[in-house]
Amino acid sequence: MPLIELQHLTKQFPTGNGFFTALKDITLSFGEGEFAGLVGPSGSGKTTLLNIIGSLDVPTAGSARVMGQPVGSLTHRQAADLRNHHIGFIFQTYNLLPVYTVYQNVEFALLLQKRNDAQRRTAVCDALEWVGLTDKMHSKPAQLSGGECQRVAIARAMVKRPSIVLADEPSANLDAENSHHILQTMQALNRDLHTTFIFATHDEKVMHYLQRIITLRDGVVENDQWHSPSPHQPPN
Amino acid sequence: MIGFLLIGILRDKSRSLLPMLVVGVGAMLTVFLHCWLTGIMGDSIELSARFATGHLKVMTRPYAAEAEQMPNELAIIGVGQLMDELSQTAPDMQWVARIRFGALLDVPDSLGETRAQGPVTGWALDLLSPGSSEAQRLNLASALTSGHLPQQAGQALITHDFATRFAVMPGHRITLMGNTMNGSLAFANFEVAGTVRFGSSAVDRGGIFIDLRDAQMAFDMRDAAGEVLGFFPKGFYVDATAQAVQQAFEAQHNNDTDEYAPVMMRLSQQAGMADYLAYANTMGSIMVMVFVLAMSVVLWNAGLLGGLRRYREFGLRLALGESKGHIYRTLLAEAVLVGTLGSTVGTAVGLALAFWMQTVGIDLSEMMPNASLMMPSVARAAITPPAYGIGFIPGLLSMVLGNALSGIGIYKRETARLFNELEV
Ligand SMILES: Nc1ncnc2c1ncn2[C@@H]1O[C@H](COP(=O)(O)OP(=O)(O)OP(=O)(O)O)[C@@H](O)[C@H]1O
Ligand SMILES: [Mg+2]
Repeated sequence: MPLIELQHLTKQFPTGNGFFTALKDITLSFGEGEFAGLVGPSGSGKTTLLNIIGSLDVPTAGSARVMGQPVGSLTHRQAADLRNHHIGFIFQTYNLLPVYTVYQNVEFALLLQKRNDAQRRTAVCDALEWVGLTDKMHSKPAQLSGGECQRVAIARAMVKRPSIVLADEPSANLDAENSHHILQTMQALNRDLHTTFIFATHDEKVMHYLQRIITLRDGVVENDQWHSPSPHQPPN
Repeated sequence: MIGFLLIGILRDKSRSLLPMLVVGVGAMLTVFLHCWLTGIMGDSIELSARFATGHLKVMTRPYAAEAEQMPNELAIIGVGQLMDELSQTAPDMQWVARIRFGALLDVPDSLGETRAQGPVTGWALDLLSPGSSEAQRLNLASALTSGHLPQQAGQALITHDFATRFAVMPGHRITLMGNTMNGSLAFANFEVAGTVRFGSSAVDRGGIFIDLRDAQMAFDMRDAAGEVLGFFPKGFYVDATAQAVQQAFEAQHNNDTDEYAPVMMRLSQQAGMADYLAYANTMGSIMVMVFVLAMSVVLWNAGLLGGLRRYREFGLRLALGESKGHIYRTLLAEAVLVGTLGSTVGTAVGLALAFWMQTVGIDLSEMMPNASLMMPSVARAAITPPAYGIGFIPGLLSMVLGNALSGIGIYKRETARLFNELEV
């Protein structure tokens, strides 16, 4: 059974005079361990689609099932639980909480799950090791570079071992070297933990890593293409 | 989780320091002003009681109707018997007869010719019988600025201001010109025993204190007195107790149809005092409300200003799987915590200030030399039990209200919109 199943999904936003249709009749599914990306021009609906998959928004028509749960008819609390246990988010603007240390930023997601101290410590240390920031765990975000911040954000998304990670333009604020670095990190996590990654991106560099590229245009799926199995190596 | 939120509050100064400062200052002002108001009101109520209204007062019906004029032709006759009756009705209270009067004071020169004349307000009270508490009640001993208290009949105290104005000194003779009970002119000579000052300009302007029996002689008021005052032994007014005594007294005089039948009035019923008591309470409530409002507005603004940044944090926490309700509750918990801490600090500082004001006081006599209301001219604060808690009302309420209002945004915005703040 696919982790994510979208059927005839439509999303409309109310505007001054009527509705704006951001997504139109989308039918897609994502399985375990995919490394997929939504691409397309600005305004094509990539973020809107990620929000619905992330149970932050609901479809206007059609259905969206994530981890077997109908996103459209969950209560606030059920949606929060779904996010808490199964979905990690990575943003363009890292969104680390400035008053907390790297360690505490990563730990926060686990506090919501009410895990005990020992479990949290192991999980946070593991996650920081995956992204290579063990030595910075007591730093504050302001003391880190952009690339390091994004790696903290990846650790924060991964620390609870979610089934799905949604990354909206994760490389947009990074230079080429750092972009490759974080993509390789995510690729490794995808390979080792079988986490499903779904990106929304304009970035050519990201596209080279994707196994599957879904092109959106004006809220419609224009193209859904599988590439030859992931190279797992940056093209030169 | 709680520890995590605490770290956030402590490290984020705009979430802790600023609101705590606002709450603290508000709580401090509330506590201080409350103590000050209580002090002024309580002092002046007690002062009025001692000089004028008593905690309870018995007069004849027509005298009560125009008591301010001190109409001694309407005085109680047979005051000894009435006092006996009162002592039986309410043995715990101290009952004293007094004559209040208005008169002209004539200061003669060495030849006995009039040197100066001025109007005075007079108090005739029991100064001479052994065991009388009247001198103590009016604090005459500590009010003395020269001379001594009357020790025998024919001696009087006059107020220092009056004495200075007319160059009268202890040992001088003065003549009191007033009215007898029947309305004819009365003259009586007194020796000035001493001068007094009370720090209440209404009394100090021109007052004379003589023994009750001297007044009864001078004004032809044998066994008569204008008023009988009752005082609680503890020295402060309690309306409920006063009411009980009043009802017992009225029960005995229910069927008294005499035109001059005695009536009993509580302090709170006498001219101006009811308004004064109500005024004191209203002032207190209004003050607390003003502070709640002002502080809420300030905090709400602070909450909104910090809001943009906070919304990003809320968006992130939503993304991490926290529910809106939980975020809102933590926001309120933060408010309670910061509000309690701020109120505690503010209350402590406010109490310290009030304590200082209680011991030192502010001399107001220069600011209002012509006050006609009986007000103590040194304003002091009084720390009463409510003062310990009253700062928490505006402190907590405004903080919780402020955060509750700014937090409504969490619910009003759709999850995705809140979340979109992250992409700014
Ligand atoms: N809450 C909303 N209310 C109204 N219109 C919205 C709302 N959210 C998105 N839209 C509109 O829906 C369309 C798709 O927006 P979306 O953010 O999904 O685009 P995108 O593909 O992520 O673009 P970009 O590459 O610039 O991030 C846009 O035209 C946008 O203006
Ligand atoms: Mg977008």
